[in-house]
Amino acid sequence: MSQSDKKPLRAVVVGASSGIGAALVRQLSAEGAHVAALARRVEELESLRDETADSPGEVSVYVHDVCDVDAVPALLEELITELGGLDLLIYAAGVMPSVGRDEYDTKKDLAMLEINLGGCVAWCNPVANLFTTQRNGTIVGISSIAGARGRKGNPMYGTTKAAMDHYLEALRNRLGDYGAHVCTIKPGFVATPMTADVPGMFWVISAETAAIRIMRAARCRVNSRYVPMRWGLVAFVLRLIPSFIFKRLNF
Amino acid sequence: MQDGAIAQPRRDWEYVEGWGMSSGSAARVLRPRCTEELIGAIQSARRDGVTLAPRGAGCSYGDASSQSDGRVLDLTRMNKILSFDAETGVLEAEAGLTIEGAWKHTLPSGWWPYVVSGTMYPTIGGAAAMNIHGKNNFRVGTFGDHVREFDLVLSSGEVRTANREQNSDLFHAAIGGFGSLGVFSRIVMDTKRVHSGLMEVRGVSTHDLAEMMAVFEAEKAAADYLVGWIDAFPGGDRSGRGLVHVGRNLGPGEDAASSDSLDPATQSLPANILGVIPKSEMWRGLRLFNHDLGMRLVNAVKYQSGRLEGMGDAYLQSHAAFHFLLDFVPNWKWAYGRKDRRGLIQYQVFLPDETAHDTLLELLERCRASHHVSYLGVLKRHRPDPFWLTHSLDGWSLALDFKVDDARRSSLLEHCHELTELVLAAGGKFYFAKDSVLRPEDATRFLPSDRMAAFSALKRELDPEGLFTTDLMRRVFPA
Repeated sequence: MSQSDKKPLRAVVVGASSGIGAALVRQLSAEGAHVAALARRVEELESLRDETADSPGEVSVYVHDVCDVDAVPALLEELITELGGLDLLIYAAGVMPSVGRDEYDTKKDLAMLEINLGGCVAWCNPVANLFTTQRNGTIVGISSIAGARGRKGNPMYGTTKAAMDHYLEALRNRLGDYGAHVCTIKPGFVATPMTADVPGMFWVISAETAAIRIMRAARCRVNSRYVPMRWGLVAFVLRLIPSFIFKRLNF
Repeated sequence: MQDGAIAQPRRDWEYVEGWGMSSGSAARVLRPRCTEELIGAIQSARRDGVTLAPRGAGCSYGDASSQSDGRVLDLTRMNKILSFDAETGVLEAEAGLTIEGAWKHTLPSGWWPYVVSGTMYPTIGGAAAMNIHGKNNFRVGTFGDHVREFDLVLSSGEVRTANREQNSDLFHAAIGGFGSLGVFSRIVMDTKRVHSGLMEVRGVSTHDLAEMMAVFEAEKAAADYLVGWIDAFPGGDRSGRGLVHVGRNLGPGEDAASSDSLDPATQSLPANILGVIPKSEMWRGLRLFNHDLGMRLVNAVKYQSGRLEGMGDAYLQSHAAFHFLLDFVPNWKWAYGRKDRRGLIQYQVFLPDETAHDTLLELLERCRASHHVSYLGVLKRHRPDPFWLTHSLDGWSLALDFKVDDARRSSLLEHCHELTELVLAAGGKFYFAKDSVLRPEDATRFLPSDRMAAFSALKRELDPEGLFTTDLMRRVFPA
């Protein structure tokens, strides 16, 4: 992120096929960045590539399943070689399957853990190592406001996001000693395929708006940001509610 | 990525740079833990047709261990001490052992490495490959002078042992051969008897270069260590003013509490300055002064405080505090800029005794004229050694730290080329651990042609495919 204006930003976006990840790829390529877009789904990636073909930046796409953590080091090497270096990693991969109020499905929960957290760690660790040695670079992790409290709705999703917040904070503190940065983004409701079935959403913003605000926060080296920022107030209030009341609330 | 029977070391993708930070690039870094993994890394690089840059702790200022096209072989995890004889002081260790690891092991028994650098973090393999020198070069020679024997892993995977009798050519070529012939895996070296963990240090303030050189000559016979700090800013009759530190090891019985002072714990450098300022953050303060005006001020203040020191008596100082001045403020080099490719280069010239004084004065004058003044100047006295590509000679060296940033990079390079011309004309030499600027035509002028030819022949024999290649070799010795 601390690139001089002359050189294009070199970015890797993990989880780029839809939602915030795809919007970030479009946003970055519109700004002239060189972006490697990674996702599982080939068709979505190809349409993203076609869509950004005329943009000032360059987008190359790679099929990758974040559960395949063993493939990360070699793929990262390939990406950095292709891009000629790395300034920005965005981890936007995440899933939020609907979970019934009485559902305790270990398989489903662990799958969430693997994608939302395992993949994040597998990508951020080697990149953190690189950014430490090159003394610049920014990691952006797309977490969620869902990590603020343990709510009844989807225990594991909130857990993965809370864990991600904790992990990214620790990484930020480590990298800070070397001039590199980690930015935690906590979106509220964003209109994406992930939230398509979520009832009763409010303050909804588009993925494009979210992408603009995320990049603004990353550029300003913000440590942690709610998108939009008013969700920060919600999280603040949520955290203040004592447990004996919180456990009686139904949201 | 399993390779059948070949042991594969840990690998990371990192930004690899010289200590001065002014050059570097991202590369795959392999970190073998044992000779088998080291051989595995060499074999897989050969199989994949990529080059390998041997790297110790990366303490060479320039591009001696960086790699813009290939892999980096980082030896720092091969750092075991294999044996140490407290009676004779002979230390046998894997090449990735750092100088810090070495002295911390030997000091309690009353032994200290013969040759140490200004920082304690280089590995002994790197020290041998660059044939480093210390503040006692005039007395004990270079690092290689105290190496008894080594194992070198060749590009074929063969481990070859060399010492002064066996494979003597290889012994004298690989020490100071900047990793070009193979990778050190084991080194046997002598250490020096010390009777205390403290040293007697005396400061002598000098008005100009001639006086400083006269102090060196007068102290040479009795001193164990001599180092001169030079303020490169003032010109005229104050050119080369500075402060000489004369270090002397204590003799038997001079330190009544030697068992305390020999304890490595008492050698450790304090974490805070004045008890409150954390040294780890001090580079931020130094950054405020990291420009010509600021450094002129810092150098002037240091000179004046040196004059006070020169009036005082000799004092006692721990070995670590005396030798490892570069470690005193952690990451002080970040004051030169923390972004990649910004930082400093060190430009160290070696001049024969006869031409040294006049050439050094001319050199300092040209720095001032071209507005590339060194922020730190260090004078040392040297003696020749038998290694093929050695930088050492009977004479003097002056090390100059130049700030590098995008605006000054090209004019600084030009400036250094001019200085190089001056030094070569005066019969001078250069040292690859410090170098960032030499061109192939410069190297051929100061390296003896017979030794260079013999070295090239050895390289062709031991590494016909050019497996071991670093950015330094690409720059100075292109195929």
